[in-house]
Amino acid sequence: MAGSPLDDYIAAAARALDLPIEASWMAAVKANLEVTLRLATVVADFELPDTTEPAPIYKV
Amino acid sequence: MADDFSWASSSDIAHAVASGQASAASVTEAALARIGKLNPVLNAFTAVTAERARAQAAKIDASGKSKLPLAGVPFAVKNLFDIAGIPTVAGSKINRSHPPAKKDSPLIARLEAAGAVLVGALNMGEYAYDFTGENVHDGASRNPHDITRMSGGSSGGSGTAVGGGMVPLALGSDTNGSIRVPSSLCGIFGLKPTYGRLSRAHSFPFVASLDHLGPFARTTRDLALSYDAMQGPDPEDAACVDRGIEPVLPLLEKGIDGLRIVTAGGYFRKGGAREAHDALDLVAKALGAREEIEIPEAARARAAAYIITCTEGAALHLDRLRNQATEFDPAVRDRLLAGAMVPSTLVVKAQIFRRWYRDHVVALFKSCDAILAPATPVTAPKLGQVNFMLDGVELPVRPNMGIYTQPISFIGLPVAAVPVPLKPLPIGVQIICAPWREDIALRIAFALEKMGVCATTQPKV
Repeated sequence: MAGSPLDDYIAAAARALDLPIEASWMAAVKANLEVTLRLATVVADFELPDTTEPAPIYKV
Repeated sequence: MADDFSWASSSDIAHAVASGQASAASVTEAALARIGKLNPVLNAFTAVTAERARAQAAKIDASGKSKLPLAGVPFAVKNLFDIAGIPTVAGSKINRSHPPAKKDSPLIARLEAAGAVLVGALNMGEYAYDFTGENVHDGASRNPHDITRMSGGSSGGSGTAVGGGMVPLALGSDTNGSIRVPSSLCGIFGLKPTYGRLSRAHSFPFVASLDHLGPFARTTRDLALSYDAMQGPDPEDAACVDRGIEPVLPLLEKGIDGLRIVTAGGYFRKGGAREAHDALDLVAKALGAREEIEIPEAARARAAAYIITCTEGAALHLDRLRNQATEFDPAVRDRLLAGAMVPSTLVVKAQIFRRWYRDHVVALFKSCDAILAPATPVTAPKLGQVNFMLDGVELPVRPNMGIYTQPISFIGLPVAAVPVPLKPLPIGVQIICAPWREDIALRIAFALEKMGVCATTQPKV
């Protein structure tokens, strides 16, 4: 049976990054990735000017 | 009698040692005895440095250092701080095979230079990715007010040790709330300073963009005492700013006249249990804080903090995920594995948003000096509790204990967490200030303590 696009993505990313994911971990990894991507969409949907700099290190 | 200091503040202990009422040695022996008696119940300590503590206490008693500001004060640190001679486990099984640390964290060194006595290392959530205080390798650090409940995480042992009367002072780390959450659940005071204020050198990291270190205590004065002793630049921490020491202790008595104090509305008024909002209302009323302001895009800030946390955490642990994945706490491992797979474009978006959010939140401090918000959405949940109800919605405990803390540490603002002694369990309130204004947060905390609104209550352990 074909997996969902996210299952396929996780399998491909795990191979590309050389990350061992046992079958029994898959559901939890997927659930976590789903939450993270949903939250990432919330952030990415916020429109900002192209000139806004990232703030990798916070200094005031 | 040294045992009279079992619930004493750091300030009182230092005065007693300075006046000759007690020796550092006797206070240290009493603390070690308390730890020996209470730790089988509370599980706060993962290592006790008795020999070192006795040597330091003897040095203080013998060398005329008894007038130091923290003379003879026993303290302990979350086990992600380097302690010379023992491996820095950071709550993990994996790090137990690491070689012993070669030197102490500079914060330990600075506290000891002020006369304090390190008595051990404290339990924590694995690699600090935790809000519960539970640890699959070491067991949970228990809430001193009800040992069937969580201490909060990830600095759970720090909350337990101070709230349970084992030591008057502890250090912890706060990436998304790990000082403020245990402070709230254990009913004690905690300070998360401005990002970059205190050196993080020689501590095991989690998320470089968000990691802070800070103290826990049972009084505001003790927070100020220890914070003042730990301030100062450190070139070994890339984020630590080149800023002089700005002592807070002399300012505590200044009071709050003239300070403009407001409460956070919107996001911060949703999602919490009644106790969280009752505590906030009590504090706001005592301070005359009638105005409510909106911290813009707080929910989005929490989302961005979540993304930066799981991806930077994954980067830190990538090799361990590849080679030692079965040795992690599964709940930590599975989040980190997911974090390793988040596209970098989304991480950069989160950092770009962070810049916008920082600018807009810092601008709020043009019209106020401090913002009050709940520290946690609930009082201490039961150990092992997986879900809780917030606003009628069932949510997982582990990620959601930080809903009110994450949007603040995300941009590094200083926060004092103050305990409101509700019955049957305490809960905390955050006093959030502009960057570098720890002095204002602690002045307000001190005023609340003097009013009797905020206090640490002694549990029956």
